[in-house]
Amino acid sequence: MTSILYDAPGPRAKRRNVLFSVVFFVLLALLLWWIWQTMDEKNQLEWALWKPFTTSEAWTTYLLPGLADTLKAAALSMVIALPLGAVLGIARMSDHRWVRIPSGAVVEFFRAIPVLLLMLFANEFYVRSTGIPSDERPLYAVVTGLVLYNASVLAEIVRAGILSLPKGQSEAAMAIGLRKGQTMSSILLPQAVTAMLPAIVSQLVVIVKDTALGGVMLGFTELLNTRSTLAANYANVIPSFIVVAVIFIILNFILTSFASWLERRLRRSKRSTGAVLGADKVDDVNAAEVGGTYGTGAGGTI
Amino acid sequence: MKLRKVSAAAATALVLGLTATACGGDDGGDSNGSGSGGGDKIKIGIKYDQPGLGLKEPDGSFSGFDVDVATYVAKELGYEPDQIEWVETKSADRENALSRGDVKMIAATYSITDERKQKVDFAGPYLLAHQDLLVKTDSDIKEGTDLNGKKLCSVAGSTSAQNVKDEIAPKAQLQRLGGYSECIAGLQSGALDAVTTDDSILAGFAAQEQYKGQFKLTGLKLSNENYGIGVKKGDTATVNKINDALEKMVSDGAWEKAVKDNFGPANYKNEPAPKIGQIVQ
Amino acid sequence: MFDFLSDYDDPTLLGAFWVTVQLTVLSAIGSLIWGTLLAAMRVSPVPLMRGFGTAYVNIVRNIPLTVIIVFTSLGLANIFGVTMGVPDDFEAKAFRLAVLGLVAYTGAFVCEAIRSGINTVPVGQAEAARAIGLSFSQVLRLIVLPQAFRSVIGPLANVLIALTKNTTVAATIGVAEAALLMKDMIENEAQTVLIGAVFAFGFVVLTLPTGLILGWLSKRLAVKR
Repeated sequence: MTSILYDAPGPRAKRRNVLFSVVFFVLLALLLWWIWQTMDEKNQLEWALWKPFTTSEAWTTYLLPGLADTLKAAALSMVIALPLGAVLGIARMSDHRWVRIPSGAVVEFFRAIPVLLLMLFANEFYVRSTGIPSDERPLYAVVTGLVLYNASVLAEIVRAGILSLPKGQSEAAMAIGLRKGQTMSSILLPQAVTAMLPAIVSQLVVIVKDTALGGVMLGFTELLNTRSTLAANYANVIPSFIVVAVIFIILNFILTSFASWLERRLRRSKRSTGAVLGADKVDDVNAAEVGGTYGTGAGGTI
Repeated sequence: MKLRKVSAAAATALVLGLTATACGGDDGGDSNGSGSGGGDKIKIGIKYDQPGLGLKEPDGSFSGFDVDVATYVAKELGYEPDQIEWVETKSADRENALSRGDVKMIAATYSITDERKQKVDFAGPYLLAHQDLLVKTDSDIKEGTDLNGKKLCSVAGSTSAQNVKDEIAPKAQLQRLGGYSECIAGLQSGALDAVTTDDSILAGFAAQEQYKGQFKLTGLKLSNENYGIGVKKGDTATVNKINDALEKMVSDGAWEKAVKDNFGPANYKNEPAPKIGQIVQ
Repeated sequence: MFDFLSDYDDPTLLGAFWVTVQLTVLSAIGSLIWGTLLAAMRVSPVPLMRGFGTAYVNIVRNIPLTVIIVFTSLGLANIFGVTMGVPDDFEAKAFRLAVLGLVAYTGAFVCEAIRSGINTVPVGQAEAARAIGLSFSQVLRLIVLPQAFRSVIGPLANVLIALTKNTTVAATIGVAEAALLMKDMIENEAQTVLIGAVFAFGFVVLTLPTGLILGWLSKRLAVKR
């Protein structure tokens, strides 16, 4: 165990660490025991409440269709928001004022408004000026809201990534005679995306979670929405919330695992590019999971 | 895009298929068209999460008094059960769903009020319910005023709890949650003392397997809720047709049967069938 | 056209936004503290704490905030009997539970922001600190965190802006803040778009200056290297 933040523990430090571990473990165990005990006392562990989740009907009627809608909305939003975000981010750094200022305004505006409001507007817009049938409209509205918000956030991530690259990179590119577009596409963007991958992924996680907002007011039949139908049927509010939370955790865990695998691959093939972040040095700290490097991700849940 | 359409269609077909078999349909329902289709489908708004009134069952079918009434009315309008497309209309979304034309009519514990009448038209009423309190079987809450200092729950956006607080028990503690099942879970765990809304809704929840015997209705008639079928503002022709259908439903005994089927298990003593257009204030 | 605004006096529009501001400020302070603690756990020499920090962040970040907030009310308050010191005042209780939920959620993001800030501190700084014999907590408190904080003001500003907007989720457990008022208005009035625009404007007023001021601050305080 090595870290830059502390020395390799000697005998005394080891004893102290063991002591801390034991105390911490006891506290955690007490907490868990209390949770279990109280749940039991309030009959939340009764098999009748959990049994529905072992039947196939609970899944095929409520949870799986909800999950399908969640995934559909999330996937569509990601596919549209990623390129749009990159374009907006680059446009905001343009040398031309007439490109820079409008794209900056768009980004700042959509970042400032809660996603739920964007969804509401989109829904109202589709009602008034398009002929999208009513059963598909919630999906369109949810995707539109998510795209507008997340493309703006992704634009900022891309911009921050490019700005974080050492000046020497673009200077060197200029020195060998690359044009602005070439510098961006073959020097800056590839490095920035690698460096910003963790932040981009946290934003994708936000997209997955924010699909849940569509269920609150637009009647989009995503997972949280179908959960309430399920809970009304089986009278198991708390268990249903726990199950849905676990589904979300698994979903996002798959997403982040894939991303960190991708990141490792990119890092290996492009050794030492994103040196500014010095992330490799603390690899033991953030091994195996994705840190929101630029912490952009807290998301616009509603 | 193509994939999405296909999967959406598949999901819809699955649900429809299940519904169709449950209702004993004959046609496969291939053309689950996009609403503006040839008029061979009717979209009806109901609740999905209220046992006894409108509930999506585990097998994908729908049950409840509202569902039965809507099915009967649709039949009178010329739609077989398998031509009905059920749409979930939450309380907050009902007026909008009608004015946008998302659904043809709504039968979803939709009380006729003067405020709503400015935005939508109502047929009916088809049921008279009352605001009531659901309490634990051993509770000592008997009067509305007993609620002072007690914890009362209702659903966010519902006016019923506010009415109690404003007019009957100003010292009641009011909690608003996302759905009635949440309220009732809190009632069961002892964190809440009473849940308030229409007695018809409460009775359905109280009769659920997990809750049987734990709760009782106080029987206080705190208000009159005249359930009507909402249609788009200005669509008088449909209102008249629905009214005729409702009248027929009462006279041929189907209304009584629907009441027995849906409220019988919940032991809910409903009011007799209301006269069309007669709103009990 | 705007006459619907004056129909609401409990709470008023400004009153509702004031609750939003209170929620934001309290949760921001709480999540800054909790997030820093989590970050310290995640880089600490005690393996169990590291594991707890990692697990916490990865679980909490992956759950929709709505679920967490609802859980504080239905789970913590109703099942576990956590009353937050005000068992008989539902409004205060809902408010405090919402703050708790927001802190629990936002803390995970603050932790990640700070941890990335720790990554930007040059290795030499920590090595020099260890070389002069500072302990882990001293290295963290005196050398690394002060520099880390300065470099993550930008990301923390983003977290703060997201938090401001996230307070709207508190409406789901009945905290009378802006989103709940909006929901009531939309339910009772026909002008959905206009109402939405008024509230959107309110949030722009709250979040844009925050972003601009903190953006300026992060440039001023950035550690020049």
